[in-house]
Amino acid sequence: MDVAVELKKENILTNLNFQTKEEVLRFLANHLYEEGYVKEEYKKSIVEREHRYPTGLPSAGVNIAIPHTNHDLVNETTIAIGVLDKPVSFYSMEDSKTLLDIQIVIMLAIGEPKGQIEMLQRIVAIIQNEALTKKVLASDSTETIVALLEPALTENK
Amino acid sequence: MKRVLVACGNGIATSTVVASKIREYAEEKGIALQTDQCKLMEVPGKASSYDLVVTTGTFGGDVDTPVVRAISLLTGIGQEDTLQEIITKLEQ
Repeated sequence: MDVAVELKKENILTNLNFQTKEEVLRFLANHLYEEGYVKEEYKKSIVEREHRYPTGLPSAGVNIAIPHTNHDLVNETTIAIGVLDKPVSFYSMEDSKTLLDIQIVIMLAIGEPKGQIEMLQRIVAIIQNEALTKKVLASDSTETIVALLEPALTENK
Repeated sequence: MKRVLVACGNGIATSTVVASKIREYAEEKGIALQTDQCKLMEVPGKASSYDLVVTTGTFGGDVDTPVVRAISLLTGIGQEDTLQEIITKLEQ
């Protein structure tokens, strides 16, 4: 089955240096806005939603956050991936008082939520793949990251 | 037919993944259940119509319906234990 979202290397941003989650979120959201994937309000909404409903996920490999917000702020479904040089603190989705050191941020811009279940499941499969997330973190080229993640996003289940 | 309410921030993204994993597991175990999804903030108002509430985050307020936190179905850490806990609570 084809996945409705294609992983584009220009939406993979590596060697990022930020101190706070807000800086990371604004940077990735602004990238999606400038590329036309999301509406301007998405930038503010993604930060507000992270404060209300945190998206940090613990992992046996690299901790990952999956920020997302309302689908009506999205023009075209895509994902942006930010790889951080040093971890930034995000609150845990499960317990909004627990801080997690996050080093990969997968920002979801999901325009048609009902049609994107498969994609989110595939992203969850990536999060659960300890070896894969470690390889992504160790890569410094966006081409390598696309090559690593594309099979997981496109292979048949 | 058991009814399970699955909640996340907006009731669309992570709750969809969690709901489908619960349904798949229940099917394997031969348990008939129905899942509905909602926003975390809607849980206190809706929980009483369900046998179990499963969430990927936290919600304010108390409910009488048993609640299972299921972030493990996203992270994979302790996934089997969480699925078993869901079935156990439904069978009680």
